[in-house]
Amino acid sequence: MGAFGYVAPGSLDEALTVLSEHASLGKRAQVLAGGTDLLVQMRGLDREPRTIVDIKKLAETNRVDIGAQEVFIGAAVPSAVLNENQALVDLYPGLLEAADLIGSTQIQGRATLGGNLCNASPAGDSIPAMIAAGAVCVIAGSGGTRELPVEDFVTGVGTNALGADEFLVGLKLPAPGPGTADAYLRFIPRTEMDIAVAGCGVSVTLDGSGKCTAARVGIGAVAPRALLVPAAAEALIGSTLDDAALQAAGEACSAAASPITDKRGTDVYRRKVVGVLCRRAAAIARDRARQA
Amino acid sequence: MAEAVDYKVIGTSPIRPDGVDKVTGRAQYGADLNLPNMIYGRVLRSPHAHARIKRIDTSRAEAMKGVYSVVSGKDFPEAEHGEIGGEGGGDISDLAKNIMARDKVLYHGHPVAAVAARSQRVAEEALAAIEVEYEVLTPVLDLDTAMASDAPLVDENCYTKNLPEKPDKPSNIAAVMQLGRGDVDQGFEQADVIVEGEYRIPAAHQGYIEPHACIANTNESGQSTVWCCTQGHFEFRAMTAKVLNMNVADLKFVASEIGGGFGGKTVVYLEPVAVLLSRKAHRPVKMMMTREEVFRATGPASGTHIKVKVGARKDGTITAATAWMAYEAGAFAGAPMGPGAMSVFAPYDLENFKVEAFDVLVNKPKVAAYRAPGAPQSMHAMECALDELARKLGMDPIDLRLKNAADEGTQAPYGPKFPAIGLKACLNAAKNHPNYTKPLPEGAGRGIAVGFWFNVGMQSSAEVHINENGTVTVVEGNPDIGGSRASMCLMAAETLGVPYEQVRAIIGDTESTGFSNVTGGSRTTFATGMAVVRACEDIIAQCRARAAATWGVDEDQVLWEDGQATPAPGVNADVKPLSLADIAANAAKTGGPLLGRASLNAQGAGASFSVNIADVQVDRETGKVDVLGFTAIQDAGRAIHKAYVEGQMQGGAAQGLGWALNEEYIYDANGVMQNAGFLDYRIPVASDLPMIDCEIVEVPNPSHPYGVRGVGETPIVAPLAATANAVRDAVGIRIHDLPLSPPRIVAAIDAAGS
Amino acid sequence: MSKVQVTTSINGEEMEFLCEPQQTLLEVLRETLSRTGTKEGCATGDCGACSVLVDDRLVCACLMLGVEAEGHEITTIEGIATDDGLHPLQQKFLEHAALQCGICTPGLIVAAKSLLEKHPDPDETTIRYWLAGNLCRCTGYDKIIRAVQDAAKELAHPA
Repeated sequence: MGAFGYVAPGSLDEALTVLSEHASLGKRAQVLAGGTDLLVQMRGLDREPRTIVDIKKLAETNRVDIGAQEVFIGAAVPSAVLNENQALVDLYPGLLEAADLIGSTQIQGRATLGGNLCNASPAGDSIPAMIAAGAVCVIAGSGGTRELPVEDFVTGVGTNALGADEFLVGLKLPAPGPGTADAYLRFIPRTEMDIAVAGCGVSVTLDGSGKCTAARVGIGAVAPRALLVPAAAEALIGSTLDDAALQAAGEACSAAASPITDKRGTDVYRRKVVGVLCRRAAAIARDRARQA
Repeated sequence: MAEAVDYKVIGTSPIRPDGVDKVTGRAQYGADLNLPNMIYGRVLRSPHAHARIKRIDTSRAEAMKGVYSVVSGKDFPEAEHGEIGGEGGGDISDLAKNIMARDKVLYHGHPVAAVAARSQRVAEEALAAIEVEYEVLTPVLDLDTAMASDAPLVDENCYTKNLPEKPDKPSNIAAVMQLGRGDVDQGFEQADVIVEGEYRIPAAHQGYIEPHACIANTNESGQSTVWCCTQGHFEFRAMTAKVLNMNVADLKFVASEIGGGFGGKTVVYLEPVAVLLSRKAHRPVKMMMTREEVFRATGPASGTHIKVKVGARKDGTITAATAWMAYEAGAFAGAPMGPGAMSVFAPYDLENFKVEAFDVLVNKPKVAAYRAPGAPQSMHAMECALDELARKLGMDPIDLRLKNAADEGTQAPYGPKFPAIGLKACLNAAKNHPNYTKPLPEGAGRGIAVGFWFNVGMQSSAEVHINENGTVTVVEGNPDIGGSRASMCLMAAETLGVPYEQVRAIIGDTESTGFSNVTGGSRTTFATGMAVVRACEDIIAQCRARAAATWGVDEDQVLWEDGQATPAPGVNADVKPLSLADIAANAAKTGGPLLGRASLNAQGAGASFSVNIADVQVDRETGKVDVLGFTAIQDAGRAIHKAYVEGQMQGGAAQGLGWALNEEYIYDANGVMQNAGFLDYRIPVASDLPMIDCEIVEVPNPSHPYGVRGVGETPIVAPLAATANAVRDAVGIRIHDLPLSPPRIVAAIDAAGS
Repeated sequence: MSKVQVTTSINGEEMEFLCEPQQTLLEVLRETLSRTGTKEGCATGDCGACSVLVDDRLVCACLMLGVEAEGHEITTIEGIATDDGLHPLQQKFLEHAALQCGICTPGLIVAAKSLLEKHPDPDETTIRYWLAGNLCRCTGYDKIIRAVQDAAKELAHPA
């Protein structure tokens, strides 16, 4: 049986070299950010030895840049640090709420948006919120850097679009313009510590008259992967986000869902609740947008 | 009602003597001890819920570097049949097979082999190298299937017990029980209103935060010392001796601090395995369960299916009640159907009732005691039915219960006449409680329910040593699971008349103190407390004798008051009172050290009743229940340490709320538990709960020197129905089954709306 | 098995240890360094019994590799009391009977310390949500919340 290894590269190139060397030798390497999913898996179903590549010592993955047009969030920045960044919270209250919902205070101290995304759980809280916020993955690879919208990053339950010689450096988000705001709601049986039974992120833009000119809706835990729901956005766009529009968006989310029945909820329940969450999240986003 | 008694320290809430070590990380729990030369034991568990073991080959594991010993079923002696005793109940032979499967595995997670190796990782690799060949059998996973006449058999040799004649064929019904009085048919004829309900509650785990752990160190003569977290090291010693066919005298058990038990640490799982591994390895073997193992293979509370029917006259008088109750035993007989049957109608004075109970085998882990074992499930059914009855009668639910409440002299459904009990006092306290009458927010609901537990006595020992400066050391044999050292110190201080701070209590091991039954059955403060008081009285008698000798008077001319020997009024002696410290200082001259002791089989445990009030808000779209308020009212007899009594009430309320709202064992079709971790076995977290208001009612138990009844178990009983009744009040629909999970509530609301 | 040498600070004390790359900080603390005050309740980040501070950030020691401690400052329950005696949180947990079995207590005290450093005057809801990752099965949390509230007062206005 092989042994575990651990490396903490000091530069992007070094990290890529480790990954590509392992890839070319057919050896397993796995990127470690917060580790809150990875360590559980290492003790559970996936005990296979591998080289752990810790990306927390890279400048790029620790960066949070707030620009006029664009915001960058490094893949190794813990949720707790993000939520202490008031400027970020003001820009993306929904996304930051989602980040804040990933586990306990203790988990918050380690868990990252990047890790939540790469783990590719259908129920990852931040993923629908990132989809709603229009986040794009910045992926480093031996062939250079590429970008991919979050909604295209996750390819299935626990799988993502990264090649063996690639890793997620961070997320790029469009800076919200005037009248734009987001919100995220998830449903869990307790008040904390659960995995989402259903989740919904909504971002809306209102014009001066209060009409919705743009919207993005992401849903989670109701399909093999988090989904962008264009039909829900269409239901919102052009309306004043009145009850009827919210109801229609909720119904679009329920229709887009293809949930399963498992220990966390029934398919019928999930389909219904994702609609409820969409309606409620859209109302919160609307109220925020009116202030934005 | 309680007479006013002027105690000096009883009823206060001082800091526990073991407290500082527990807030600084010094206290040693089950997994905290390490010994030189120690190795690690791990258990190989069945991947099937029901299978015949065709072959076990451990040779590859035994040959591995760093592996010191391997055991499987064949290494264990054939254990004889016999009652385990204590709260958990069951048969020794079953216990032995539960610890290590022999010819069959009976649940997913059932141990089939164990190894001891130089590290946990090597041990795990060795487990992977053990080959087991199974013939997979159909698992029996629920009560309906198990009780069907054509069900696959969990145990081919199980013939239902307690029937008039031994049945001609085996079944999964291990035992039946019947209880009754009067004529229920006639009683129902007299009823103006009848309610019936059928309630299902899934298995729930005790959820102690500390996984089971132990170290066994066996020497070449076969003597073994075992350190472990346990609710009763004497009973762990007894079980281990029986399972391994060892001499009790060759086993020494030392109880570590214990990180919760709630009944779940009253039976052995690891200890006999560790003793055997250590015997073969000639080294100390440490074994620690993972959280997953705790869920998959240690005893939860029974899943149940209970039907209740209650009839009453218009004035609320119950004319008849019946209950049919099936309890999952898990893989081996011994579900707490008895206490379930005996408690279901215990709060009420009934002329006509009938109870039928069934102990049913299923391919799930053997159930273990969980706080008031059996009562939360059966009383949930009755207390929900009474809520429906009150609604039909248009009666206040507390008034309905007061109308039928048992009182001193009432013949309990399980036999004896109640002595003084506090049920009516609790009901009246609830009725008068501001939380019962305060307005509810729009859409919220309120529910009440009654709880009950028998409480037990059993055997306890205690010694009291007076140190040379007059300070006091109490030695007893009950692991301190929730502050009992403090209670022992309080009772000793009160009895001796010395300050609390002068008394310390320690838990002796099986070689350093007398036998005590488990910390369980809410017995410790009652029974062991009684032993401590008697041992202190022994000290007082000795002190009076020594003072008498010192003063040259008769013993009966010496009184013991406020911690000192004083001459009785009228005694003609020019003497100064002698304090405990004075007498201790002179002990060498008056007969040697002062050692008091007592051992007893405590009689007269007093039943403890409770009333809970739950306020909830329900999100009708998501089914989410928010607990807005919770009030626990309970008769403690006498609260020795007030804050720890409240703590029992609050903790039991939280566990009951968890069971009512979210906790359940979820299995797949193959009998594999789907939620074997705290992520999906959802016990309440801090943000789920409100403050839990407590009112301690004190109707002293005449059988205890300070009136103690025992408080640990009753608190978990009423929250299930109180919460269910509150949800009923909020949503207008009776949901019979637990947990009241969001999908279940939404499904019920949607079904009612369509 | 190739072990990694790690240099770290534990409760203000410089410390070196060897560990396997996959070993968690919790395993290292409990097994290698005999700091058994930090408890294991689940090893999956769901119970908080292993709460420690890493550079004053609250984390579960079971969700961090031992090798990740390199260069960081770790605070465990053994480092909470000072030469002056118990930390107010420790004292208030005792006074309020906020522990029964005590297995969750080290994690709760570490977590509450981190809370009070960030929120010196927290309301009940803030306390409850901050501590939601610390499971307690004995107390129903009531007395824990009160102990934290009282400790906050004590820290704000030392007696």
